[in-house]
Amino acid sequence: MKHIKTLTNKTLQNTVKKGGCGECQTSCQSACKTSCTVGNQSCEHSK
Amino acid sequence: MVYQYKNNGYNMVLDVESGSVHVVDDLSYDVVGLYGTHTLKEIQKELSGYDAGEIEEVYEEIRRLESEGALFTRDEYEDYITEFKRRPTVVKALCLHIAHDCNLACRYCFAEEGEYHGDRSMMSLEVGKQALNFLVENSGSRRNLEVDFFGGEPLMNFEVVKQLVAYGRSLEEKHNKKFRFTLTTNGVLLDDDVMEFANREMANVVLSIDGRKEVHDKMRPTRNGKGSYDLIIDKFKKFAEMRNGKSYYVRGTFTHDNLDFSKDVLHLADEGFDQISVEPVVGPEEERYTIKEADLPKIMEEYDLLAKEIIRREKEGKGFTFFHFMIDLTGGPCVAKRLSGCGSGTEYLAVTPWGDLYPCHQFVGEDEFCVGNVFDGVTRRDIVSEFKKTSVYSKEDCRECFARFYCSGGCSANSHKLNGTINGTYEVGCKLERKRVECALMIKAALADQSEE
Repeated sequence: MKHIKTLTNKTLQNTVKKGGCGECQTSCQSACKTSCTVGNQSCEHSK
Repeated sequence: MVYQYKNNGYNMVLDVESGSVHVVDDLSYDVVGLYGTHTLKEIQKELSGYDAGEIEEVYEEIRRLESEGALFTRDEYEDYITEFKRRPTVVKALCLHIAHDCNLACRYCFAEEGEYHGDRSMMSLEVGKQALNFLVENSGSRRNLEVDFFGGEPLMNFEVVKQLVAYGRSLEEKHNKKFRFTLTTNGVLLDDDVMEFANREMANVVLSIDGRKEVHDKMRPTRNGKGSYDLIIDKFKKFAEMRNGKSYYVRGTFTHDNLDFSKDVLHLADEGFDQISVEPVVGPEEERYTIKEADLPKIMEEYDLLAKEIIRREKEGKGFTFFHFMIDLTGGPCVAKRLSGCGSGTEYLAVTPWGDLYPCHQFVGEDEFCVGNVFDGVTRRDIVSEFKKTSVYSKEDCRECFARFYCSGGCSANSHKLNGTINGTYEVGCKLERKRVECALMIKAALADQSEE
């Protein structure tokens, strides 16, 4: 496309079917203990 | 929901529900703002300064993305998350308060110099073992179990830490579990033995340091009032080097007194650390160090400065990870994880030195939040049930916020401290989170540009 560059495409909807296994890290067990940083955790399935 | 913003010369368009992120030219940016509420003709009239044919081109590109489900998608997750939250939960992570005592007297400590409104106390091996038993017994089929050694200062009770790690390892094979141990330390008691042990056993270590010496020393004095920077900096450098690729973070707190915190982040980077987290303090409104609404413009500027510097250093091959700008656009968490909250009070519990269970480390010491203990298990299902109900859909402010897929509704403890309910938001924190997400996505755009060059 000429005007719009897509960095990432609809990745979230794809996770509805296979998501929710709960094996990934709890956010407060990483580097934060005072703010909620769920979005920067990684998925166990993509490792 | 479509959210658009400009940052550092980039026009960013987020399709919030699909997770799509687009970088667009000026014309597209304006057309996106009108799309859906205006016809093509109306847009052409409204944007008469642009060529009508170009507008039509953009309009078609947007329409294509819409039909592909990458723009102007709808939020169809509410029923899914409500259902997801109803599932039986298991406990998979514990924050072990191995020592309610500390050898520092940090001014902003929510644990009140490690004591959490109570007396100094050390966790016994017996309580610690029972905590690990409790975790294994209550973790259902989850394999990965997380245990953070926290305090106070956990190294003040290091012998118990070592014995608990050995005990945890002895449970793994029998129960088909894998323990991920982590350690959060102020570094004062760090020595070669601890570093070697931690490198062998700890999946991550969090090393507390605030940045520049004068900033660190002001907020993190020893019990006799002297600064602690010189006690720890060389040890942290050595430890970071010894990690040799294994995860670690140097983690600091910034306050009203060092709003120019980008200098602290860069100081840590210049000292050779490449995994850095520096977070805004959360404290009572009346404290002078607490971040005030009036501080926000300066903090936003600092995040912008930092983002630009991170891009610059990355391009020079001297990049570092800033925890709050980390976003994995392709391998991040699933929708269920993103929208259901941090897990406090359900999957994640904190354990006091004498074995009481709390929804998270920040609730320890608030008696009305004690949900049970490691010997009798969870006895206050009513409290757990309240935590289980929290999600971005239970918080009014989150419904219209583009960042809800990144922060998961924010921190229940912050909301409790500032609003008296776990089901609210903390406005200052929310504004900062939104800014960080904006910067993080812009960095992705800038680095994608670079890789195309």
